[in-house]
Amino acid sequence: MTNISIDAPEVVRGQPYPGAPDNWKRFFTFSTDHKVIGIQYIVTSFVFFLIGGLLSMVMRGELITPEADLVDRTVYNALFTMHGSIMLFMWTFPVLVGLGNYLVPLMIGARDMAFPRLNAVSFWMIPVVGILMLASFLVPGGASQSGWWAYPPVSLQNPTGHLINGQVLWILAVAISGVSSIMGAVNFVTTIFRMRAPGMTWFKTPAFVWAVLGAQLIQLYGLPALTGGAVMLLLDITIGTSFFAPERGGNPILYQHFFWFYSHPAVYVMILPAFGMFSEILPVHARKPLFGYRVIAASSILITVVSGVVWVHHMFASATPAWMRILFMVTSMLVAIPSGIKVFGWVATIWGGKIRFTTPMLFALGGISNWLFAGITGIFLASVPIDIHVNNTYFVVGHFHYVLYGAIVMGIYAGIYHWFPKMTGRMYYEGLGKLHFALTYLGTALTFLPMHPAGLMGMPRRVASYDLEFAYWNVLASLGGFLLGLSTLPFILNMVSSWIRGDKVGNNPWRAYGLEWLTSSPPTVENFEETPIVVSRPYGYGSNEPLVGNVPNPGLTEFPESFTQKTTS
Amino acid sequence: MTVYAILAALASFWMAKQSYSWFPPEAAAEAKLQDDLFSLFTGLGTFIYLGVIGPFLYSLVFHRASKYDMSDGPPIEGNTWLEIVWTAVPLVLVLTLSFVSYRTYEKMAVRGPMELVHLHMPEMMQSAYAKPFDSTPQQDIQNAMETAPIEQIDVTAKQWAWIFHYPKQDITSTELHLPVDRRVRFTLRSEDVLHGFYIPAFRLKQDIVPNREIDFELTPVKTGTYRLRDSMFSGTYFAANQADVVVQPVNEYQQWLADAASQSPTPAFNQAAFEYSQANDREGATKDKVAVRGWDTIPPAPPPVVNYAPKHEPDIAVLNHS
Repeated sequence: MTNISIDAPEVVRGQPYPGAPDNWKRFFTFSTDHKVIGIQYIVTSFVFFLIGGLLSMVMRGELITPEADLVDRTVYNALFTMHGSIMLFMWTFPVLVGLGNYLVPLMIGARDMAFPRLNAVSFWMIPVVGILMLASFLVPGGASQSGWWAYPPVSLQNPTGHLINGQVLWILAVAISGVSSIMGAVNFVTTIFRMRAPGMTWFKTPAFVWAVLGAQLIQLYGLPALTGGAVMLLLDITIGTSFFAPERGGNPILYQHFFWFYSHPAVYVMILPAFGMFSEILPVHARKPLFGYRVIAASSILITVVSGVVWVHHMFASATPAWMRILFMVTSMLVAIPSGIKVFGWVATIWGGKIRFTTPMLFALGGISNWLFAGITGIFLASVPIDIHVNNTYFVVGHFHYVLYGAIVMGIYAGIYHWFPKMTGRMYYEGLGKLHFALTYLGTALTFLPMHPAGLMGMPRRVASYDLEFAYWNVLASLGGFLLGLSTLPFILNMVSSWIRGDKVGNNPWRAYGLEWLTSSPPTVENFEETPIVVSRPYGYGSNEPLVGNVPNPGLTEFPESFTQKTTS
Repeated sequence: MTVYAILAALASFWMAKQSYSWFPPEAAAEAKLQDDLFSLFTGLGTFIYLGVIGPFLYSLVFHRASKYDMSDGPPIEGNTWLEIVWTAVPLVLVLTLSFVSYRTYEKMAVRGPMELVHLHMPEMMQSAYAKPFDSTPQQDIQNAMETAPIEQIDVTAKQWAWIFHYPKQDITSTELHLPVDRRVRFTLRSEDVLHGFYIPAFRLKQDIVPNREIDFELTPVKTGTYRLRDSMFSGTYFAANQADVVVQPVNEYQQWLADAASQSPTPAFNQAAFEYSQANDREGATKDKVAVRGWDTIPPAPPPVVNYAPKHEPDIAVLNHS
């Protein structure tokens, strides 16, 4: 693989014009530097994470009593619709794209993404999506109330009669988000295929990069289906076509196929980068090579393939023919194989290691333990008879929040802490980080575990009120939800204060193997002084092999002074 | 290691037994089949969970770097034999679980004969109620299905009410009455949007699709009163779209049918219509008890006019407070 380099010496590469700001103001510019764009993604999406979280806390406030008494039913319906939409389209996807944006070029030894301007355009569509989502609360009739699935015919009902309503704004937002993601996916796939450093063969490519590749390939094949379905829904609402409207002869089930063909694999779009981060973080903080690196890398691609044929398991109760139920049960369960390979590999990686409980390590370990639980309940859901009882109940809500918050959000936090010294050149405060982890882990269990028994007892999801028998579990879940809200405070405090005045650290405070740790912290505009030539596999702990042939590997054999002080004092 | 495996197996067995207590009563024959399957999944799931989390926690406790140890762990990168085993074992496991699930699903036969006849899948004909029909010619199966005593009930779901119609007696009710130990065949219809026919005590659920009639069968086996809930989000008053299900001995059921037939239709209480009228009527003040007011909604259908409505109002507490 040769590295593509662009010769434009008079312009500082990665910046749109000479003299573009190089202080904090650069994060508010149309920068084409993948590192600036990455941080723009991460910070913007975190703001929306807080907004989506506040919506969910109002919901948990409503559900702390059985009656619908805190907010009106229409408001509650809008709350869960927008909570789901914001958390997926404005938090989880963008923050992972942001981490990928920041890390992938550094990890493969490239100077930038393949299409830097396209990259910036992809990012700047995200605030537009967010503004559309939030603006929908202000239009007559309020925000969309049909759930983030937007199943017709409910999503086609428009009591206000206005053409500009919450549902239409929602579809526009989702479509723009889809376009942004497709552009991002093209960029990632091209970058990973074409811009790896000399010597970086596929099986010398870090597991995170494999995971991002798998995730972005899903975006390429899946998103057109969702976007197509959304456009058809928009036409049904606005000009009265009859794709999905039953009173005009349309078929609402057809929408479900369009929707889930993308939206189930979308879970893997989100979890694969988290898996990738676990695979990067464990070796560093356990000081061992990633066990079974090749199969862990290949299993990411296997997940990409298998996830293309699982979508009907969301529709087992939707009048789906029996043969389809059985077929998709088997394919859905098969996802357990590559997922299991990864989990076993991680356990073997830490087995016999020299484990350090740093904050990123704690979040990675917590995320893996939650994923183990969520993966097992996922197999329950793939079984048709069990799914017939529990689908559309709180069992499902508990399961996917264990995936999303328990595994993916934990993975995101792990990644942010792990690469924070690389991004800022400073170290976060370990004590605040550990407090953050403790609150998050407890909060996750207290919020989402009680949802499982509530679901088994038969509590449907999306209800503003419920029967008295479910009150106990809901009070617990609500208290847990407020704890999760609280848990973000030490994180914000830590990030802001550490970025401004945290201890300065060297290039490689973790003594990690990986191209991104060979450059300065924060990296220079073009990432590397000299394009690295990769000579060995990643994760070479214990073997003392040099990772690259042409650049000295500072700090790979000894801990930097700053790190030893931190862990021993 | 062996001791841990034995303890994990015992714990898994215990969890599998416990899992039965996590559900509402088993009020349908299908529920028994599903709970057995769930118990199997719980046992295996617990065993896998403990099997992975044990070594995981063991490493975290015993493989920590000591304070001044700056060295690396052993550079073990893989083990082909181990990797093959931990790919093959889950593969066998999920294929087994798929097969067992398929057998259970087959025995439940909840989707009624229409689909089966259309799909020419006689092997799907066994049901939780009837004895297995293995190796019976298809014509015999059809005859058996046609002659078996099956109660037919038409179910209409709408925004937001459930109406149950008993075609033989031509009566309607907002409370679902079912005879115990009899196969019941529902014909599910929706007047507007998707709804979900869901009775947790029966462990059964079926989405109802507008413009389609969906046959759905089950066999109640335990008398009592249970809850029917809308499981597919259906708009503003979705959460209030519930009904009671009364499973009673056959003679009481017949008596109920006769009593209902003698009554002239009257409007039944309907939670959605009630809340809507309160919200739009300044005199009734439920709306003032809601902290945050909302937006316009699709008006609920008027309260259904039926022969039989439950004697007690479903949400008496709400009525008293208003």
